[in-house]
Formats: sequence, structure tokens, C-alpha cells
Amino acid sequence: MFGLSNLCLLLVILLNFFTLGSSRLVACIRAVALQGALLALLPILLHGFSPHAVLLATIALLLKGIFIPWLLLRAMNEVRIRRDVEPLIGYVPTLILGALITAAAFIFADFLPLQPQHQGGLFIPTALATLSAGFLLLMTRRKAITQVLGYLMLENGIFVFGILLSEAMPLLVEAGVLLDLLVGIFVMGIVMNHINREFSSLNTERLSALKE
Amino acid sequence: MLTVLILFPLALALIAMVLPWYQGRSWLLPIAGAIHLGLVAILLMQPGSMAPTGSWLGLDALSRLVLLVTSPLYFGCAIYAVDYLGLRRDRGNRVIVPCLLVFLSTMTLAIVSRHLGVLWVGVETTTIASAPLIYYNRNRLSIEATWKYLLIGSVGIALAMLGLLFVAYAALGTGIPVSLQLDKLLTDGPLLARPWLHAGFVFLLVGFGTKMGLAPLHAWKPDAYGEAPGMVGALLAGGLTSVAFLAVLRAVQIMGAAGDLAMARHALLGLGLLSLLLAAVFMVRQPDIKRMLAYSSVEHMGILAIGIGIGGLATFGALLHLVNNALTKGCLFLSAGNIHRAFASKHLSEVRGAISALPVSGGLFLAGFLAVTGSPPFGPFLSEFTILRGIFGSGHYLVGAVFLALLAIIFIGFGATVLAVTQGEPVEPELHFKDRVLLVAPPLVFLLTVLVLGLYLPPPLRELLEQATALLEVKS
Repeated sequence: MFGLSNLCLLLVILLNFFTLGSSRLVACIRAVALQGALLALLPILLHGFSPHAVLLATIALLLKGIFIPWLLLRAMNEVRIRRDVEPLIGYVPTLILGALITAAAFIFADFLPLQPQHQGGLFIPTALATLSAGFLLLMTRRKAITQVLGYLMLENGIFVFGILLSEAMPLLVEAGVLLDLLVGIFVMGIVMNHINREFSSLNTERLSALKE
Repeated sequence: MLTVLILFPLALALIAMVLPWYQGRSWLLPIAGAIHLGLVAILLMQPGSMAPTGSWLGLDALSRLVLLVTSPLYFGCAIYAVDYLGLRRDRGNRVIVPCLLVFLSTMTLAIVSRHLGVLWVGVETTTIASAPLIYYNRNRLSIEATWKYLLIGSVGIALAMLGLLFVAYAALGTGIPVSLQLDKLLTDGPLLARPWLHAGFVFLLVGFGTKMGLAPLHAWKPDAYGEAPGMVGALLAGGLTSVAFLAVLRAVQIMGAAGDLAMARHALLGLGLLSLLLAAVFMVRQPDIKRMLAYSSVEHMGILAIGIGIGGLATFGALLHLVNNALTKGCLFLSAGNIHRAFASKHLSEVRGAISALPVSGGLFLAGFLAVTGSPPFGPFLSEFTILRGIFGSGHYLVGAVFLALLAIIFIGFGATVLAVTQGEPVEPELHFKDRVLLVAPPLVFLLTVLVLGLYLPPPLRELLEQATALLEVKS
């Protein structure tokens, strides 16, 4: 079981890199969807087939792996954008930054006062790396849709951390958190559509009229 | 009872979605506000109706206080909304009414929650429910404001979730059950692992501080308040910030239970002073009246944080200020909304002579300005003075001096804009709008309440404030 969960986590990190380095939006959305689906397996791999883990995995798979990516793909088709060209920082530098962040996450995790059962595992470094990769995506891309993907990735990182603490989060609360994510992405999708209609572009740098 | 309080606005929101009658839909808002206010009154009347320890929903002195503030504010704004939406028939109310009702429900959920996870869900849902409210005017500027609000708010609240998980991690391996239930955290506080608890507090402060609009996490605030309708601004600046502040206070409570209140206070004091400073910088020569109010909100969040940061008497003052700030902001945003409507602008270059054009709204705006900047005899004077007494009484002379100097700068900067707006003659003699009873009565009532609170503090309120203050002190 432990080997499988480590494999999942490694794939999650690889998907971070894939998303950071790709300009094709469809590929990015699919990568984040796959990441979400992999994360949904983790509660079962870690805690076995308890009702809590199975239900959490099902909800996470449905929302993170299927429903939210579907919403994003639909939003993308409506605004007819395929690529996020000209990011603030080029793709290669972003990838290098991503690699540095991931390395830093692994080193940093060694210094954290972790519980013995989490020491040396991949959970905490993956959570930190995914979280920071999400932040990186959020900050370096100009298209609203990639920023939403960055936000999703950030949430994925937090989700990895949350799996370790499933006792603290009753299923009802966890479901509420995931549902909030879904509705949040839904509203963001609507706003994106309106941004596109109003500005004929999804470039968020056009959103700069409001300042002092 | 609490469940009813949370669920009935959702039921009304469903009705609003299917009701084909425009005026009827608008009227659902005051109906919801009145039911909410009535239920809250009944709840507050029964003392010690504390839910059993360990439940997810329950009332303590802090949540009673925030309910006492938000419920009347919502009711007032809901009455205002009927006439306002009547004037904006072109915009429709099919989206805004259900969103306002969901907003009421989730705000209540966040207030009465005793589980940090439930609190988080409540606060996050308020973000989502209020985004369409900010987007009400459907122009380029409001899209920009909505997008920033959604993105910054969501990321901020995601960090708060990380903070929650850190707090939960602090319980791992210490032999105490891992839980985010507030009572359990408060009793087990001293056993929590320090490094994780501290990290958790920082993330909670950053996350909920973003919702509250504490500097330097306030970037969304001027845009969102500037572009939202006045009524929405009133609900966000008076209601939502109070709820976010309550969430921050929960984190402070946990730190207090763990015996680390000093660290929490230092962090709040620092952010509070920074908020005051930034607000002062941006309020001088601010040409936009709604953005001005947004910076004023940053300022008052700073004052609240400073009050808690000092502790003791200042905490009492800060909690009283929570009440005063919410009601005064209600008055200011609603009257500013009327002025905006009449002049079709909120920019200083086009708005002149508001008092001669709109005697009631203009007068309320001017009086609201005096109240919010802490002029006697209004309530904020009393609460700010109490905080100041707390600051000097505890020997923080430098903090006190900086606090006073920044308040003076803010008074001058704010005053210059407000006087230019209210005094003189209107540039255009023909206005699109005159004062209407339903649009001036709610801000008038808010202002009168603030005035009364400045002159006389009712004993039940004082008692509630004292109980709430006690929750934020170290229990020895």
C-alpha cells in the first residue's frame, strides 16, 4: 500500500511540472484533472477501505477529477482559447523555478517537526511542492483560466496535507470544503466568460483600470 | 433553533429563484431580515442557551455579539434594497436576491459555528455568494473588481484552510484527540505542539485577515467596495468584515488557551498599525467617495486589531467598536449609494453640493463621516477613546501616540473629501434622483443607534461585551 501511495505522490509532482511547462490549455486542465483523480485515491491507500476514506475518495474523484475539469473545459470552449502564450516568465524559467521550489520543499520538510510516522515520507514534500507550484502558476500566467488552474493546484496541495489529518475533518465538513471549491470554480467560470465578452480577451492584465 | 436560523434564508432563496414577480422577489429580503432579526432577538433573550460542549453549532458571548450586529444591519440593508432594486429594474433581481439570501445564511453559519472546519466553510461560501453582488453593475470595472475579489479571497481562504490543518496537526502525537472542535481545542490548548500551533495561527491570521481586509492583505477591498452597489458595500464592510474578525478572534482564543496570547497580540498589533498607516496614506486626497469608505474600513479593521492586540480594556473597546463600526459603515455606504445614484458619479470632480441637492442623504453622509472618524457624541468616539485609554493605561505610549497621529491624518484627509462632496452648489442643477423614505430611513436609524450608543451604553450590552472580553483573556 505504501509503495502505491508513494507512486501516486510522485506522479502528482510530475504533473506539477507538466502543467508548469505546457502552454496548451486543454493539456493543462487534463493534467490538473488527473492530479485530482490521483489525490482522490490517496485516502484509500493511506487509511484502507474505511467508509470515511471511500466516501471522501468518491467525492474528491467526482469533483476534482471529473466535474471541475469539465466545467473548466466548457468555460474554455466558450471563450475559444487554446493556448496561454506569453506568460510573465517564460516556460523554461518557470520549469527551473518549479524544480527549485520542489527541491526546497523536500529540504524544508526535513526540518519540520513532523510526527515520526510522517518523517521521510513523500506526503509533506508533495503537499508543499504542489502548493507552491500552484502559487507559481497563479502569479506567472496572464490568462484567467490558467490562474484558476493555479488556484486548483494550490487546493490540491492543501488536500494532500489534509489527508494526513482525516480525523480532524469530519466527512461532512470535507464534503462542504470540496463543494465550496466546485461552486467557487463555477462562479469563476461565469466571471471568466464575462471578462471575455467585455474585453474580448482573457488576459487579466487588461483588468487594470482600478488603481490609485 | 440555530439550524432554522441558517436554513430558512436558503429556503427563501429557492423561492426567490422560482418566483416570477419582480417586486415580490425584492420583498423577500426584508421578510428574511425580519425573521432573522426576530429569531436572533429570541435567541439573545434566553441566557445560557449554550449548546452542549462538543457540538458544531452553538452560541457564546462573541458570536452573540456578532449576531447582534449583523442581524439589524442586514435588516436595514434589506429594507433599503426593496426601493433600490425598484429603481434598478433594468438590472433585474433574479441573481442578486438569491445571492443576498444565501449570503445571510452563510454569514449566520460562520457566526454560530463551533467547529473551525464549519467556520471555514461558512466564510468561504460568503466569498462565493458575495461575488455576484459585487458584479451587480455589470461593467468593465465591476468585472475587474469581482475577479480580484474572487481570486484574492479564494487564495486567502485556502491559506486559512492550511492554517486549520496546521492547528489540527499540532494535536497529533500528543495523545489528545485530533479535532477542530473549538471547545476541545480550548480545553486541550496547553497540550498542543507549539511550532505547528504558531504556524497555524499565522496562516489563519493571513487567511481570515485577507477577508477582513487588514493591510497588507486589503488589495481587493477598495476595488470591491468601490464598484459594488452601496447596499452591498454596507453588508460587506459592516457584516462580512465582522464575521471575518470573529474568525480571527477564534484563532486568538486558541492561542490564548495554549498560553501564547502575547504572540497573537503582537501580530495583531503590528497588522493593525500597518492598516492604520496605509489607510492614512491612501485617504489623503482620495477623489473617489466609495474607495474612501473602503480605506476607512481598512482603518477600522486596523483599530479593531490594535484593540485586541493591546488587550484588557482595549479589547472591551475593540468589541464595542465592532458594533459602532458596523452600524456607522452601514449609514455611510447607504447614504453614499444615494449620492452616487443622484449624481451618477462617485468622483469628487463631479459630485458637489450633496447637501443642497439631497438634504437627507447628504446630511447623513456628513454626520456619518463625523461619527466614523470618532467625533463626539457618536459611538465610535466612545469606543476609540476606550481603546486609547487601554493603550495608555497599559503603558504603550508610543503606540498611543502613533494611533492618535494617524487618526488625526485620517480625519483631515477624509474630511477634505467629504466636505468637498457635501458643501457648495451642485455642478448640475438637474438630478436624476431625490431622497426617498425607504432609502434614507435605514441609514438614519443606523446613525441614531450609533448616536445613542455614544451617549448611553445599555447594561445588557455592557454585560455581553464584558463576557466577550473575558473570552479573549487568559484564564488563570
